[in-house]
Amino acid sequence: MANQLFYIATAIALLAVVVAFLRLLKGPDPTDRVVALDGMTITSISIITAAAFFLGRVIYIDVAMVYALVSFLGVVAIARFIERGL
Amino acid sequence: MQDLELIGGLLSVVGAVFLLLAAIGIIRMPDVYNRMQAGTKATTLGSILFLLGIGLANPDWLGKILLLVLFIVFTNPISSHVLARAAHHRGIPLAEGSVRDCLSDDEAGEEGGCE
Repeated sequence: MANQLFYIATAIALLAVVVAFLRLLKGPDPTDRVVALDGMTITSISIITAAAFFLGRVIYIDVAMVYALVSFLGVVAIARFIERGL
Repeated sequence: MQDLELIGGLLSVVGAVFLLLAAIGIIRMPDVYNRMQAGTKATTLGSILFLLGIGLANPDWLGKILLLVLFIVFTNPISSHVLARAAHHRGIPLAEGSVRDCLSDDEAGEEGGCE
């Protein structure tokens, strides 16, 4: 029962990634795209953790942590680039 | 034990619904700032609930998951703030129904009203 609930939650999160990806494709401005990418990565962190739960491997939580760190640094770097150039 | 897994599953489903609402907000809101609002606050809450649900279902991992939650809570507002600042400096206009632009007022040197 509980496992089915986690499967449903993961499916909904995957749908959220797809919906946010539409904005990444469409966004008229680079800032829109970065916002969509930020939402997608935060959602992906949840999905990676769900994968760790399904596969029973704790190492994927470390992967999710590194992914969060890299996405944060990436967003900050792109925002500085948008603001004042390289 | 079984109850805890059930509660965790329900919590994860609620968190995933918040993540989906955030994605819908990202695609339907009228301008960059509103999209950022939806895309940051709702994803923060959604991922906190999702991760806590998994942590409840598997209590051995709760420490690492709490660390991850703490990291998300600290970094998500910062990245949103930096992005909003970059968008404002770039000169992206507000949506039509917007009432007030406090950052422009502050830069123009006007006093009061934006507390």
